[in-house]
Amino acid sequence: MREMAYWQALNEALQEEMDRDPNVFLIGEDIGIYGGAYGVTRGLLDKYGPGRVMDTAISESAITGAAIGAAMMGKRPVAEVMYVDFMGQAMDQLCNQAAKIRYMFGGKFKVPMVLRTEGGAGRTLGEHHSQSLEHWFTGIPGLKVVMPSTPADAKGLLKASVRDDNPVVFIEHKMLYKEKGLVPDGEYIVPLGVADIKREGKDVTIASYSRTVLFALEAAKELEAEGIDAEIVDIRTLIPLDIETVVKSITKTNHVVIAHEACKTGGFGGEIGMQIIERAFDYLDAPIKRVGAVDVPIPKSPVLEQYVIPTTEDIVQAVHEALG
Amino acid sequence: MEKIDVTKEEAVKLLKQMYEIRFFENKIMDLLAQNIIDGGSHLYAGEEAVAVGSCAAIRPDDWIASTHRGHGHAIAKGGKIPELMAEIFGKSTGCCKGKGGSLHLADPQTRNLGATGIVGANIPVATGAALSLKMDKKDNVVLCYFGDGAINQGVFHESLNMAAVWKLPVVFICENNLYGMSGAVSRVTSTTKLYTRSCAYGIHGEVVDGMDVLAVREAVKRAAERARRGEGPTLLECRTYRYYGHSRSDPRAYRTKEEEKEWQGKDPILKFRNKIVPAGIISEEKCNKIESEARQEIEDAVKFAMESPWPDPKEVTEDLYA
Repeated sequence: MREMAYWQALNEALQEEMDRDPNVFLIGEDIGIYGGAYGVTRGLLDKYGPGRVMDTAISESAITGAAIGAAMMGKRPVAEVMYVDFMGQAMDQLCNQAAKIRYMFGGKFKVPMVLRTEGGAGRTLGEHHSQSLEHWFTGIPGLKVVMPSTPADAKGLLKASVRDDNPVVFIEHKMLYKEKGLVPDGEYIVPLGVADIKREGKDVTIASYSRTVLFALEAAKELEAEGIDAEIVDIRTLIPLDIETVVKSITKTNHVVIAHEACKTGGFGGEIGMQIIERAFDYLDAPIKRVGAVDVPIPKSPVLEQYVIPTTEDIVQAVHEALG
Repeated sequence: MEKIDVTKEEAVKLLKQMYEIRFFENKIMDLLAQNIIDGGSHLYAGEEAVAVGSCAAIRPDDWIASTHRGHGHAIAKGGKIPELMAEIFGKSTGCCKGKGGSLHLADPQTRNLGATGIVGANIPVATGAALSLKMDKKDNVVLCYFGDGAINQGVFHESLNMAAVWKLPVVFICENNLYGMSGAVSRVTSTTKLYTRSCAYGIHGEVVDGMDVLAVREAVKRAAERARRGEGPTLLECRTYRYYGHSRSDPRAYRTKEEEKEWQGKDPILKFRNKIVPAGIISEEKCNKIESEARQEIEDAVKFAMESPWPDPKEVTEDLYA
């Protein structure tokens, strides 16, 4: 095991996959000399050259579409869209083309591509650089959606995504890039569609993903001092969703809180909650509690931004409510 | 007399494919009118010279990317007509197992990257396919078809810029049939000389008579050769006309009967026959025979589609993920 930052784990995953498979290439804005807006591709232009680290114009739709076309021809592109907020520019290519090409063409083509992007608040960047929009993609059959919370998951899930034969939307969190953690040595793959218990507990299940998992872990510490033993389920891949791991946890704890940074209304927590009701209603001793952002755009002011997104205290309070 | 640069064998294929497309489309219109098939269909009748001439200019191992008006492209690239017809019916024997239909004909075997229902959406995909060819140092090209409507989509600009910057082996073929649904080019587009948009990207632009199969073939040959030589993309505008409306429900109030008649006077099939018969390349009798064989081929395709089974609903979740 080595300690490394989330961005380094992603960078290492890209290098390992590019070394392993000559069909893997990178395409996006400012990924070359600049090294990516958050530094994930730094050093890769020097190592692999402009033929495999392809800097583009500001053209999110063409970046996504070019990745699709190359993937249909047998390449394994990893496209980068700098902010998930910019995905509005690429939604047709991703959701109408990438997601549907295999299906509408009767399985005759496949689209093995990764679209890396990042989201989330925390840097007071305002309404167009701070959103959590994963629910835009989770409702589109044909896409997979991945949101890692730790350096180890970032590495293992990115490697699995590159090797997956389907379009994968891989959403990083801007506040996680500098977070450090232990990453296993050697070839390390985390399969898509498998949730992870980040903390075992017996009193309440907290289902979460991405940066909010870190808040959930902090909340668990505070709760521990009160004698409440929380189990943290990191969803990790929203699509395909490993609801079984969540259900299994609930059969033990009989209480559940779902926490994410996306706005509460329409956020993916609603889907997780409904699947819990469908599968584990009889195990619940209390209503499901949801923690999400206030239903407003993410405002600039640091005070407002912090107020809007869920925090450790919000999760602690939700657990108290769930446990009555 | 005009010199006709086409062999007998080539002429037979060009005429046969144009008739196949014409009868295919006429038949679809009949089937829609009789409610034997349903759904949308954007018919290619009138534009045959563009698909047939352009596909004749490239090699079988070259690629195409098609549009919502894509039946002609699929046939010209060598798609199996019964499977194309069955796909439009939504039958399990269709080229996409009945999952795509008229708007989504695709076939990797004939190197057809497929048709899209979103205007212009195939342009970045074709660009990416061309990028892949260039990365692999292959000397293949991609023909990317789109209509006059697509050139006002943002992806047209993004993709032509990208293809030009990287000198990708793609020929952008604008099928200018004068209307994007009801929107006349002269009313909705900043120029009626669509090929001049090539200037914005520093690439070669050209306009060609899209009712002349040989003219199209020559222009695409030149463009494909430039692409194979590493000289990058071309924007080729083919002036053409769709005989039917935009789709089955279109009363065509935006254009006149006189205009339709005028363009039917430039019919690509008759124009080609009137060239090759006097030149002694194919006899009138042979042309008639090709015509009736194509007609029969379409009848056989309809029979195949009618007799084919519907897809099993149990298959509905298949092919979503690889």
